[in-house]
Amino acid sequence: MRNWQMPVRAIKRVDEENRLRGVFLRVVAIFLALAVGGLFLWALGFSPVAVYASMIEGAVGTKTALRMTARLCIPLLITSLAVTLAFKMRFWNIGAEGQIGVGAIAASYVALYHSDMPRVLLLLTMAAAGFVAGGLYGAIPAYFKAKFGTNETLFTLMLNYVAFYTIQALAQGAWKDPAGMGFPKIARFASQAQLPTLLGVHIGWVVALVLVVLVHLYLRCTKQGYELTVVGENENTARYAGMNVKKILVRTMFLSAGLAGLAGMLQASGADKTLTESVANNVGFTAITVAWLAQLNPLAMVVVTVLFCILTKGSDTIQSLYNIAPAAAEVFQGIILFFVLGSEFFIRYRLRFVGFKGGKVE
Amino acid sequence: MSEGLSYFLSFLAAAIPAGMPLLYGTLGEILTEKGGNLNLGVEGMMYMGAIFGFVGGYYADSVLVMLLLAFAGGALGALIYAVLTVTLKANQNVTGLTLTIFGTGLANFIGENIVLSSPSQTAKVSDALMARITNAGIPLLKEIPILGPMLFDTNIFVYLGIAIAVGMGLYLNHTRKGLNLRAIGENPAAADAAGVNVTLYKYAHILVGGGVCGIGGAYVTFVTCSGMWIQDCVGGLGWIAVALVIFASWSPYRALLGSLVFGALRVVQFYKPAFMRGISDPLFSMIPFLVTAIVLVITSIRLRPERMQPKGCGTNYDREER
Repeated sequence: MRNWQMPVRAIKRVDEENRLRGVFLRVVAIFLALAVGGLFLWALGFSPVAVYASMIEGAVGTKTALRMTARLCIPLLITSLAVTLAFKMRFWNIGAEGQIGVGAIAASYVALYHSDMPRVLLLLTMAAAGFVAGGLYGAIPAYFKAKFGTNETLFTLMLNYVAFYTIQALAQGAWKDPAGMGFPKIARFASQAQLPTLLGVHIGWVVALVLVVLVHLYLRCTKQGYELTVVGENENTARYAGMNVKKILVRTMFLSAGLAGLAGMLQASGADKTLTESVANNVGFTAITVAWLAQLNPLAMVVVTVLFCILTKGSDTIQSLYNIAPAAAEVFQGIILFFVLGSEFFIRYRLRFVGFKGGKVE
Repeated sequence: MSEGLSYFLSFLAAAIPAGMPLLYGTLGEILTEKGGNLNLGVEGMMYMGAIFGFVGGYYADSVLVMLLLAFAGGALGALIYAVLTVTLKANQNVTGLTLTIFGTGLANFIGENIVLSSPSQTAKVSDALMARITNAGIPLLKEIPILGPMLFDTNIFVYLGIAIAVGMGLYLNHTRKGLNLRAIGENPAAADAAGVNVTLYKYAHILVGGGVCGIGGAYVTFVTCSGMWIQDCVGGLGWIAVALVIFASWSPYRALLGSLVFGALRVVQFYKPAFMRGISDPLFSMIPFLVTAIVLVITSIRLRPERMQPKGCGTNYDREER
């Protein structure tokens, strides 16, 4: 066993940055993933082609379906942009879920208790409250990471649950709707605290698309965007170049979490029209996979988000048509990402068959 | 016995089962991290163990098949993780997260299909099987006052969990293989140079670690949910387990203590003293997570070398990159 060697050797590619091959291998990975997902469906006794077709049909086939799919895309796209800022810096912000929640809480406070402002001012105040509250919530783990090296993955994760239970406590206690007939829920927002719609979808989609451009420009063309990329590549290099790494860490996380908080505000005001404990609804986690699939490229994120939302909306359709549980969407997402993660190996390495050499390494 | 003391003892008796799934998750993750791999997929592996174990209990009606399948479920999740991170050198953070999404989805997917296909629209294992799992008192030992009913008149998972914790402690600290594993976790290149098969060790321990997490998932289905399949049943326990690893500072023995403390935090809302009655339940549910966050900060401020994460944790080992 000890001297056993694999007949295949992995060799580092010289031209790692070959973009075309990167895109090609990822597309191949997605198709392989869909094939494996199809096998899974086939094993359950369904026709994969028919199921996939009805998924797409159910997600984009009618005007109503298309609008619902678009509505799903809004928080996912913005949150993907949010985690991208942190991930570029190699800061593992998996607390977007909680940052969405806290942003929604702050926006809801404004909506519930200060709705006597003019509409535009009210909505802008809500958005600002959501952004700042979410941002501060994310800046806490960033501060401790900068100061003491506290593990940010677990810290941000724990804050997700704190936010979740805070919403639950508010719904059962301080913010409980007196007209809810004892049911623990928060009152519906006044109509002027609800986002207006454009083309049948709340205007969050316009905000999302503007943010795609802004985040792209921020990363590409600003000094701050450059700094956070350098910190992500190598902290020592950044320090040597005279950058204030701690400041960059906290600032970037504030922006990252702030975007997530804004997504929470848009979801509460535009889609739910109230604050519920499911305001984040796993978007914080899905966004991580979206960001990774898009290689942290904001423009590619639009495509991946749409793909994922078709998957999610389509899963609801196949539930009613074929009685397939909607959790299938998560299974598919998982499989797709497994394949893409695996494909990255072949982007960085090439394989060489060296044959069995009964023991010794050459 | 005074009323206060018996009340406290019943609280303690409730804390042990509440902490048990956390113990499994924590032990599995300790074994994985000792070999230098940070697997954030504990939640997913627990889900996979939960559904595989449930399928075993539901269709085979056997305790042994249930346990073996639960282990296999967790190990299967861990295998995906190991192939991606050890062989294909994918990012450990993202792979673990994906495993959580995948495992959660897979368990809910299979579970819901079983529920939908049963005539009563609920899926529950037989009462006879449940009796064999939960009423597993050890004769004589369970007669010991106070401790007896708490430790020796409970379900099979409690015995197994404590045995795994002690066994893992001995293995890591007192065997050659345990030493090799720790060496890999600290410095894989040095271990490789010393002739240790890094890849084989990593695979073996990631898989076993995943299997242990899987049994923790089965605990949730069979004890917490009394043998019934409930969607989203694991509900974040796997994540607390990942954090408990830090609380236990990578020691299986301290994991026993940690899971008891966190088990107590999970049930404290049902035993809250009179002056806390005004505090709502969600705020109590929040406590374990809040405490974990505080523990994280405190441990990072007071760094002690022997109580730290293995140095190689989180980065993949590539022999060519030295």
